[in-house]
Amino acid sequence: MSISFTVNGKDVTVDAEPDTPLLWVLRDELRMTGTKFGCGVAQCGACTVIMDGTTRRSCVTPVGGLDGADIVTIEGVDGPEAEAVQAAWTDINVPQCGYCQSGQVMSATALLQVIPDPSDEEIDNAMAGNICRCATYARIRKAIRQASDQLEA
Amino acid sequence: MTQATLSRRGFLAGSGGLVLAVSLPLRGRAQTAAGTSGFAPNAFVRVSPDNTVTVLVKHLEMGQGANTGLPILVAEEMDADWSQIRAESAPADVEKYKNLAFGIQGTGGSSGLSNSYTQMREAGATARAMLVAAAAAEWGVDAGGITVEKGVVSHQGSGKSASFGDLAAAAAEQEMPQDVALKDPSDFTLIGGEGVLRTDTPAKTDGSAIFAIDVYREGMQTVTMVHPPLFGATVASFDDSAAMEIAGVTAVRQVPSGIAVYAENTFAALKGRLAVTVEWDESAAETRSSDEMVEEWLAAARTPAKATSAEENGDVDAALSAADQVLEAEYVFPYLAHAPLEPNDGVVEVKEGRVESWIGSQFPTADHGALSGILGSDPAQTFVNTTFGGGSFGRRATQGAYFAQELAHVAKAAGGDGAWKLLWTRENDIRGGRYRPLTVHRLSAGLDADGNITAWDNSVANQSIMMGTPMEEMAVQNGIDATSFEGSTKMPYDWPANRVSWARMESQVPVLWWRSVGHTHTAYATETFLDEVLAAAGKDPVEGRLSLLKSDAGRDRGVLERVAEMANWAGPGDGDTRMGVALHESFNTYVAQIAEVRDEGGVPKVTRVWCAVDCGVAVTPDVIRAQMEGGIGMGLGTALYSEITLGQGGRVIQSNYDGFRVPRIGDMPEIEISIIDSTADPSGVGEPGLPPIAPAMANAWRSLTGNLPRRLPFSVATS
Repeated sequence: MSISFTVNGKDVTVDAEPDTPLLWVLRDELRMTGTKFGCGVAQCGACTVIMDGTTRRSCVTPVGGLDGADIVTIEGVDGPEAEAVQAAWTDINVPQCGYCQSGQVMSATALLQVIPDPSDEEIDNAMAGNICRCATYARIRKAIRQASDQLEA
Repeated sequence: MTQATLSRRGFLAGSGGLVLAVSLPLRGRAQTAAGTSGFAPNAFVRVSPDNTVTVLVKHLEMGQGANTGLPILVAEEMDADWSQIRAESAPADVEKYKNLAFGIQGTGGSSGLSNSYTQMREAGATARAMLVAAAAAEWGVDAGGITVEKGVVSHQGSGKSASFGDLAAAAAEQEMPQDVALKDPSDFTLIGGEGVLRTDTPAKTDGSAIFAIDVYREGMQTVTMVHPPLFGATVASFDDSAAMEIAGVTAVRQVPSGIAVYAENTFAALKGRLAVTVEWDESAAETRSSDEMVEEWLAAARTPAKATSAEENGDVDAALSAADQVLEAEYVFPYLAHAPLEPNDGVVEVKEGRVESWIGSQFPTADHGALSGILGSDPAQTFVNTTFGGGSFGRRATQGAYFAQELAHVAKAAGGDGAWKLLWTRENDIRGGRYRPLTVHRLSAGLDADGNITAWDNSVANQSIMMGTPMEEMAVQNGIDATSFEGSTKMPYDWPANRVSWARMESQVPVLWWRSVGHTHTAYATETFLDEVLAAAGKDPVEGRLSLLKSDAGRDRGVLERVAEMANWAGPGDGDTRMGVALHESFNTYVAQIAEVRDEGGVPKVTRVWCAVDCGVAVTPDVIRAQMEGGIGMGLGTALYSEITLGQGGRVIQSNYDGFRVPRIGDMPEIEISIIDSTADPSGVGEPGLPPIAPAMANAWRSLTGNLPRRLPFSVATS
């Protein structure tokens, strides 16, 4: 079936089986490979995108229901929160292997868009769905605090 | 101090830049790539006319910082500006890019930086010398009057200056120097410095970093695998009719490791995988459960006749008989999956006899051999492009390049020219074996009437990682695989009598090195048992350890004293939070950690960790800290939650991150790290941060609850 939605502000129309997860449309069809596959069952968060303002695990989001949706991926995420997050990520050298970090950046950005000054508990809750097997968590927390401080300043 | 020089060097000029080949040893010369404006990536340093300096990194960047640590060594000796440095993964070429500690091209054993330390510095120093010589010739001045700083070559007397890019073409015409002096460490400006941006940070922050899964080739098919449900089972027959009904599925083929499903896109390949029906021949498969194995392993550890002596000093049996008090304990450690976030994957393209692959390759020499061997391609026409590895922790290096073998078989079974991406699911990964071995320890210690330890006896039973594999010849001596018990031998403590024995157990479950290998279990068993023995003798955990250290264990002493100071250690404490300590050397790096722990609903909550590390010269302090942080997070989460369990009949119970639980952000403590100042040769940091955290946490937990978990993970022990 033919489905139309926007990705990073651009209109896209894809021809896919309706049960195809958004993840594979992004990667195989649109060749946007920043969004990663880690588990296929919404356990790891490597495939996190922002859809209509909230985080979604694209590996379990069937594309058939996305007509008219607004999708933001790591390739197109922008705005003050995203800029602050990515600047802090770079400043602190958060990534190690880096495979999960697209998802981490998307979750952190979505958090700051809703809660500009999150507590440690709010950070842990918002980021609980994103596994980092390298355990860069200490720096993720620090970078989110730094991005938040920069947004406040 | 001036360090070693190279005996032979080769270089080759191309059109407008400079390539240096300073591999050790060097056979033949570097070659230019025809038709490129730069040079072929077959050496370590490439200076381009645009003033970038590209460092060819011979180790896989899988998070541990190879693409920063090796380039910084080159940049230091070149006096380059860090911002002009680029890192590029070296192609598979054992002649040029072998690990000097292994003899093949490969990454492991926390050896990346240590084996490259002199080699990369010489590569940089040679580049610098030739750039300086070019400037001297061009300006008609004495080379001795030329200085280089942050990538700018200048001569004070004449007032001339030039960038590396300006000088690249002329530098390529210079004689390769016979000797290059390396800097005295006191002159380092980049090595040991702070504020270094990792070369891979930007691309890993904006999603542009390329892993093997991100490679797409013209006409490429995606392939998924159905693997046997039992270790050692094989395909008896299969029915692909339902799979072939799925739109996009193009073929189903049997390969040695199972059934391969080929499709035009990933989702079709994933659906096809679930639609194949396979009859398995399970006659030779492993059918024991983990519980049954544990009983057998324990029986072997309890029977000295079944074990081989790995280390023995003094008469342990006599000392134990004569002891005033004898303590005994048995420990059980589960199989563990590495579960790197990027599952095994790779791309291979076959075109008119030429084979090109893209793999997060940890052993490029072995992967290259597997591809050309199975596909029958000319080794000179077989290429391995190493991409970033999305984590590994040991998983991307196997004794026989098994994943590359499967990738090659997938291409071979399809036949003809084409391109294929082989992608494992998380379920393939979690149930795919290559685990940290299921291991048991049995420990006994004797104390005299004054509380002195008179005997230490440690028996270990587990499968061998090396024996029965292509690594056996290289890694096994006198029938003993030291990776099975490393860390329980060569301890820094002075026992009057001690013995370590090892019983080799056998199973069809394939096992593999898992971040810190034997130390994953030996540190826990020895450091928690020692804590109990010291407690029985009424001794403080830190003071007790310090008094036991051998006279030549200065670096162990250094980290232990430092960490005690950092944490203001005054014993384990007596309130709602307690402290526990552990000390463990692995891969020539010394680490001591103190964990602060409280009870959160019957489960330990680690709130703070102090860590002191001595890894010789600290080349990139921020990477060292990152590896300590990661090792601590992974180590404590693994001890709390992670296990692979074979259920009744031998099937693996876990299948994804829901069952195989790994640490998440809420588990992460606040961490403070101190790096010991040292002029010793640098040693690795990828693994050594992990072993001490679990025993440090457990020792605090015992102080708090009186209970020491002896069967990991804690979630089992405390449930």
